[in-house]
Amino acid sequence: MSTQATTRTDNHDGSGSEYLAFTLGSEEYGIDILKVQEIRGYEAVTRIANAPEFIKGVINLRGIIIPVVDMRIKFKLGTPTYDQFTVVIILNIGGRIMGMVVDSVSDVTTLSPDQVKPAPEMGTAFNGEYLMGLGTIDERMLILIDIDKLMSSSEMGLIDRMAA
Amino acid sequence: MTIDISQFYQVFFDEAEELLAEMERLLLAVDIAAPDPEDLNAVFRTAHSVKGGASTFGLNDMSEVTHVLESLLDRLRKGEMALTGQHVDAFLAAKDILKMQLDGHRNGADVDQDAVANVRMMLHDLSEGTVVPAHQPTVPSFLHAEQKQQVSEGARRFKIELPDLPKRDVDALVDELGLLGRVSVTPLAGGRTALIIMTHERLDDIVAICSFVLDPDALKIFEAPPLTPEQRAKEAQERARIEDEQGYGFFDPSDAAAPAAQSEEEQGYGFFQPIEQIRREAGIVAETTEVQEQQAAREAQELLDAASEKKAAKKAADAAHAQAESGSIRVSIEKVDQLINLVGELVITQAMIEQRSDGLDPMLHQRLLQSVGQLTRNTRDLQEAVMSIRMMPMDFVFSRFPRMVRDLAGKLGKKVDFITNGAATELDKGLIERIVDPLTHLVRNSIDHGIELPAARSAAGKTESGRLFLSAAHQGGNIVIEVADDGGGLNREKILAKAKANGLAVSDDMPDAEVWQLIFAPGFSTAEIVTDVSGRGVGMDVVKRNITALGGSIDIRSARGFGTTMLISLPLTLAILDGMSIRCGEEIYILPLGFVVESLQPLAADVKEIAGQGRVVKVRGDYLPLIPLYQMFNIEPRITDPCEGILVILETEGRKAALFVDELVGQQQVVVKNLEANYRKVAGISGATILGDGGVALILDVAALLRASRQLTDESVVSRIDNTTN
Amino acid sequence: MAKTILAVDDSSSLRQMVAFSLKAAGYQVVEAVDGQDGLDKAKLQSVDLVLTDQNMPKMDGLTLIKALRGLPAYQKTPILMLTTESSEEMKNKGRAAGANGWLVKPFDPQRLIEVVKKVIG
Repeated sequence: MSTQATTRTDNHDGSGSEYLAFTLGSEEYGIDILKVQEIRGYEAVTRIANAPEFIKGVINLRGIIIPVVDMRIKFKLGTPTYDQFTVVIILNIGGRIMGMVVDSVSDVTTLSPDQVKPAPEMGTAFNGEYLMGLGTIDERMLILIDIDKLMSSSEMGLIDRMAA
Repeated sequence: MTIDISQFYQVFFDEAEELLAEMERLLLAVDIAAPDPEDLNAVFRTAHSVKGGASTFGLNDMSEVTHVLESLLDRLRKGEMALTGQHVDAFLAAKDILKMQLDGHRNGADVDQDAVANVRMMLHDLSEGTVVPAHQPTVPSFLHAEQKQQVSEGARRFKIELPDLPKRDVDALVDELGLLGRVSVTPLAGGRTALIIMTHERLDDIVAICSFVLDPDALKIFEAPPLTPEQRAKEAQERARIEDEQGYGFFDPSDAAAPAAQSEEEQGYGFFQPIEQIRREAGIVAETTEVQEQQAAREAQELLDAASEKKAAKKAADAAHAQAESGSIRVSIEKVDQLINLVGELVITQAMIEQRSDGLDPMLHQRLLQSVGQLTRNTRDLQEAVMSIRMMPMDFVFSRFPRMVRDLAGKLGKKVDFITNGAATELDKGLIERIVDPLTHLVRNSIDHGIELPAARSAAGKTESGRLFLSAAHQGGNIVIEVADDGGGLNREKILAKAKANGLAVSDDMPDAEVWQLIFAPGFSTAEIVTDVSGRGVGMDVVKRNITALGGSIDIRSARGFGTTMLISLPLTLAILDGMSIRCGEEIYILPLGFVVESLQPLAADVKEIAGQGRVVKVRGDYLPLIPLYQMFNIEPRITDPCEGILVILETEGRKAALFVDELVGQQQVVVKNLEANYRKVAGISGATILGDGGVALILDVAALLRASRQLTDESVVSRIDNTTN
Repeated sequence: MAKTILAVDDSSSLRQMVAFSLKAAGYQVVEAVDGQDGLDKAKLQSVDLVLTDQNMPKMDGLTLIKALRGLPAYQKTPILMLTTESSEEMKNKGRAAGANGWLVKPFDPQRLIEVVKKVIG
């Protein structure tokens, strides 16, 4: 268990800190690997009426209907392109399945507590409360995101607050 | 002994719960003025069964209560006593007590012993023929105080000389006292009886129990000297021997001092003919030696010991066996859902095959096409069969209400006739569980705020009893549940006033239908006094939210002085829907066929523009609002002129409209998938489905679409059109 | 070969307990939930002993006993009534219907086995 109160790298269940690294725009981000169900290519999405632009629509994932969001649009990171290299990370957030479009996926890395520094208060596209810290491996810097909190938040609008 | 019967407790708990529910249902349905003997018999049987089980499994508190209940019911069913409303009230109270005791055994819940004593008094008084007003806390004070203390002195012997009592009362007394200690019965001169009780309880408790049955002054109680050790030992020995051969039961034989000859009575079983004769006639080879018999008994014992150790495996097997014999099995919900999903996948695959084989030359591929047709039929049958697994009749929901309505009406001093319709209508199990709370709130509302007090109703020229109507029916791809009352109706002025006070944007000439919808706003309650039943203002908005979360909608109709009707419409989730697929822009949408009347391409002359309110189209003499789907959904349109596109005429809830789309694509059966599972409710969309090519199509919520364009059906608008064209 | 017993009672808990106990003692048990079910099952498969409750829906114990005695195969089959009281009235009715004996409820599983053994071994 990390003794540093400011960095939030330890998972609630005390399991290892493995992160899936991916790119959005010019930055590299990392999320808890345990929230990732699978990785797919981008395929045609069915639009949803009157939904915000960053919610691309829904797709069929082996028989279940899941929403797909494009973080690049939501957080204005670079220009969203959709080609054969575009990747959709399928997440499982508390039983809800959803897809997140990213530019590319790098790898899975393990970070030890001393490799993680506290996140800066400003200067990142994401609201500070979703940041768990900054991970450093060699020359790379991973912005670690609490994907659970982010996806469940009302600003993403993925979950009907009233019905929840 | 050696078989642990506690493994059957759970089965009994479930069984008892069902029996108690059945008892309540029967009691609520019985006609007090002219009770059907068969109904009384049925109630008796439930009490009898509960007593039997409770005794078998050692749940003495329950068997005590059921014993008195059963005796009363026996007299009623035999016509020895007349049924009154008081009886029914007492029986219902007894049922509540039993349920409480059952929960106590099952979950360790607290049991209110005062309430138990109260109910027993009620039942006792009824059997005596004395009338007791309800809710009277008449527990004798000494009983109350001292039952709570367990005095653990050495046991004492009391001899109680009873006055001349009917045997039944003596038996009842022996029953009751038997729970305080060991009781034995001795005859006295003059047909009277004496009871000898060996107990740790105080004399006061004994007197209290006796006072249930007779006047304490008529009792004579002596404390008998305790037995000498030798006498006690002898008595114990005698008792042991007798208990070994006795029926598993409650009484010592009548005279402990001089044990009577072993009669079959005390053993608890017996035969009409000598055993040898029975066996001989049945052709059973006699194993006559005593040694053999003992041997066999010992072997049985060993087997039982061994069997008890393998309890777990046996229990599972037996449970399955018993259930199989009773015609049903328990399956986990996850398995059922998985099965439904797999069948859904199968439907899609089959649709794909159908689609691809559509383009084949029927002459060249006749046999293949025939097989595909067969596959389609088989798949459809499988679909229906599987869907029906999760479907349960609405009765599961309806059955909770009669009791609640009765109690609530009684509490508020109102008279309510509760009528249900369509209890056999089936609904997905998941939905059933989630519809109970909203429905309960609506029912309470109707009784609390809707239906007036009898006096008020009479004054208004209505029947003293209000009517509360609950019904369910399938309509299109939905289930429609109605909660209606013939009470005073909603108060338009009050609602508008309250809305304004809450800062909601309202206008005085809003149509009724919209005014009623205001009551769903959070914090809304126009109840004068917040009763503890409802009207706290947290109710209706939660009701609406719950229903919306289920993908449904709720509409209100009300007329001042006549009553209010709430109409809940829920989609049959996971239903297989017959749909018409249409294209709008780049997307394909599905329209549930149940709402589609027809489709057509209009003539320019039939399409009219109403300034500031959109377009209407004349179809068979009626002007219907024209709803351009691309506008509703902000889709990039391919066709903007209705005369170049297609109008699909839809009808729901008595309203019609024309949906303007680009083109019709086809008609097919689709598996409805829930959007809310992983996303959220989308306005205008009731679900999604997976098309034959793997893509997703959204299913339109026709009712929502029509509601969104409601203002165009306003009478004044239509008449204006008629005036300008004629 | 193991003897077969038909246990007829509308109470699942009691029926299961009876079945369990008798099976532990080496018998085969067929269960029935009411008189009608018991009659149907008795016709399907011949049993060596019948234990039946009295108060049941669809067809009560006494009616079942009379019906069984009307079947050639069950003229002499031992039939025991499971009863909640041992009154003269019950005994007379039982005897008249054709039962061979009775067993008072509630009973200890041990005693049940004992009684059954006495009758069919």
